[in-house]
Amino acid sequence: MKYRSQKVAYYFFALSMLLLILQITYGFIMAFAHMGFDGLHEWIPFNTATATHKNLLVVWILSGFMGAAYYIIPDEAERELVSVPLAKLQFWSFAIVGVIAVAGFHMGWFEGRKFLEIPRPLDYLVALNVVGFLLLILFTLLKGKKKTTTAWVLTMGLVFAALLYLPGMIYFENIAVDSFFRWWVVHLWVEGVWELIMGGILSYLLIRLTGVDREVIEKWLYVIVGLTFLSGILGTGHHYYYTGGPDYWLMIGGIFSALEPLAFLGMTAFAVQMYRKGNKKHPNKLALFWTLNTAILSFLGAGLLGLAHTLPQVNLYTHGTLVTAMHGHLAFWGAYGSLVFSIISYAMPQMTGRKIFDNKIGNFAFWTANIGILGMTTAFAAAGVSQVSLERIAGYEYMEAAKVIEPHFFVLIIAATVFTTGILLFVWNFIKFGVPSDDALQPEGDVAFQPVS
Amino acid sequence: MLSKKQAKTFFLGGTLLFFLIFIALSVDSLSNGIPENTHPEKMSEQAKLGRYLWDKNNCMGCHTLMGEGAYYAPELTRVYSRKGPDYIRAVLTAPEGWQPRGRKMVKYDFTDEEVDALIAFFQWMNDTYLNGFPPEPMMAQPQ
Ligand code: HEM
Ligand code: HEM
Ligand SMILES: [Fe+2]
Repeated sequence: MKYRSQKVAYYFFALSMLLLILQITYGFIMAFAHMGFDGLHEWIPFNTATATHKNLLVVWILSGFMGAAYYIIPDEAERELVSVPLAKLQFWSFAIVGVIAVAGFHMGWFEGRKFLEIPRPLDYLVALNVVGFLLLILFTLLKGKKKTTTAWVLTMGLVFAALLYLPGMIYFENIAVDSFFRWWVVHLWVEGVWELIMGGILSYLLIRLTGVDREVIEKWLYVIVGLTFLSGILGTGHHYYYTGGPDYWLMIGGIFSALEPLAFLGMTAFAVQMYRKGNKKHPNKLALFWTLNTAILSFLGAGLLGLAHTLPQVNLYTHGTLVTAMHGHLAFWGAYGSLVFSIISYAMPQMTGRKIFDNKIGNFAFWTANIGILGMTTAFAAAGVSQVSLERIAGYEYMEAAKVIEPHFFVLIIAATVFTTGILLFVWNFIKFGVPSDDALQPEGDVAFQPVS
Repeated sequence: MLSKKQAKTFFLGGTLLFFLIFIALSVDSLSNGIPENTHPEKMSEQAKLGRYLWDKNNCMGCHTLMGEGAYYAPELTRVYSRKGPDYIRAVLTAPEGWQPRGRKMVKYDFTDEEVDALIAFFQWMNDTYLNGFPPEPMMAQPQ
C-alpha cells in the first residue's frame, strides 16, 4: 500500500463480507422452503427472503466494487484520496441505507421488481450516496499525477452503472414498459458496464501480480470491453423476446447475445496469457488463484451457461424457470463474487502488512467455495431441466412439478453447505488479517511488483 | 499487430455505434411494438390498481409474470384463462391463506375492490401477445 487513504477500502470490504453471509442465510431459507420446510413463513415469507437475497447480493458486490475503487484509484492516480472523512461518511450512509432497506423488506416495504425491490424513496438516497462516491473517485483521478486506462475504465464503469440506475426508478403503468427499463438496469449492468469494472479490476490485478507491461495489458482491456459493448448492448434483446416487445428482438437479441460469451472468453484468455507471460514472482498466490478463477468461472457461468438458454427457440421453454437460477448463481459468483474476493485477497496483506499469502485455510476456502458453487449450479440445473420437461413439455401443473423436483433442493443444500464452509473460512482469514495500519505503508508501492516487458 | 490506439478506437467506435442502434430500436419498441402487443389503452382504472397492487406486494417475489420473477409459485400471465376469475378470487380471499399442496401463499387482507382490481389486471394481462409465451406444453400439442 502506497497511500494512507487507501485504507478506507477496508470498511467496504468488511461490509461486503458481512452482507454476503447474510445473503447466504436467506438462500438457505429459500432452499428449505423449496423442499417443503417453510417454518419461517409467518415471519419471513418467500417474497421477503428472495428480495433480501437478491438485494444483499447486489449491495455486497457494489460494496466490494467501491472498496476496490477506493483502493485502486489512489494507487493508479498516484495521490491520496481527496477526502478520507467524506469517504467514511459515504460508507456509513451507504451502510445505513442498506440496513433500512433490508429491515423494510421484512415489513413488506418493497416493490415487485426483481433485483430492484428497494422502494423508490430509498432509491433517491442510494442515488445521492453514489453521486458522493463518484465525486470522490473522479476528483481523485482528475487531480492525480497519472490517468491510466485501467483507472478510467474502472471509473467509467462505475459512472455508467450509476446512470443506468436512473431509468429503473420510474414507475410505469404498463408493466411491459416497466420490465423494458428494468433490463436497462439489470442486463446493462451485468452484461455491460459491470464488465468495465471487472476489466478494470482484473487489469489492475494482472499488472501488479504478473508484472506484464501495462501497455500490453491495457491494449487487451480495450479489446475486451469493446467486445462487451459490441455484443452486450443489443444482447439486451434476449430479455425482450417474451415480455411484450416486438418480434425483431428474437433475431437481434438471439444473434448479439450469442456473441456475448466472446467478451468473457476474452477475459479468460487475457488472464491466462498474462499469467503465462509474467514473471510469477509475486508471493501472493491466493490473489493470483482468485484472479484466474474469476476469469475462468465467469466464462463458464456467464458465457457458457448463458449461451445455453439465450437462443429464442430454447428460451421459449426455459424462460422463467430454475434453469435461469442455475445460470444466475454461477454467473454472479464467477464474474463478480470471485472478483471481489480477488481484490480483497490482494489488498488485505498490503493494507495490514501481514503476509498471509498462501496458508492452508486460504487454500481450503478457495477450493471449497468454488467446488460448492459448482455443485449448487448442478443441483439448480437438474431441478431446472426437470421443471422444464415436466411443466413445459409434459404439461404438469406448477405444483405437481414442484413436488417432483423437491429432492434436487436437498442436493442444493448439501452443496450450499460446502460453499458456505469456504466462505466462512475466507472470512475467518479476513478477520485474522486484523485492521489496516500505517505501518504497512510502502513508499515504493507493491515491492514484489517487478515489471517484465 | 494491433496498437493500443486502434484498440481504443475499436472500443469507442463500436460502443457508440451499437448504443445508437439500441436507442433507435428502443424508441421503436416503446412507441410501436410494446403498445401493439400489450394494448395499454385497454387498461381500466381497475386494472391499473391491480398493476399497482402486484408491485406493492411483490407478488413477483414468488410468482413469474411474463416469465419474470421468482420460481416458488406458478407463472400467471395466462392465469385468467387457465383458472378463471372465480378461482382467482378464491385464492386471494382464502381465510387461512392459500395453500396448494402444502405450499403456503402469503395471507392477504385484500378488500373486495382490491380483489376485483387484481382480477382485472390478470384479465388485461391475459390479452397481451408475447411472441408465443407461455408455450403450450409440447406433448399436449396436436401432433
Ligand atoms: C456476469 C454476467 C452475467 C450475470 C451476472 C448474469 C445473471 C443473470 C441473472 C441473475 C438472470 C435472471 C434475471 C432475472 O430473471 O431477473 C439472467 C438471465 C439471463 N441471462 Fe444472464 N448473466 C450474465 C451473463 C449472461 C450472458 C453472457 C448470457 C448469454 C450468452 C446470458 C443469458 C441470459 C439469459 C438468456 C437470461 C434470461 C433467462 C430467462 O429467460 O429466464 N447471461 N442472467
Ligand atoms: C448457500 C448459498 C445459497 C443458496 C442455498 C441459494 C439459494 C437460492 C434460491 C433457493 C433461490 C431462489 C430461486 C427461486 O426463485 O425460487 C436463489 C436465487 C438467487 N440467488 Fe441464491 N443461493 C445461495 C447463494 C447465492 C450466491 C452466493 C449468489 C451470488 C453470487 C446467489 C445469487 C442468486 C441469484 C442471482 C438469484 C436469482 C436467480 C433467478 O431468479 O434466476 N445466491 N438462491
Ligand atoms: Fe441478459
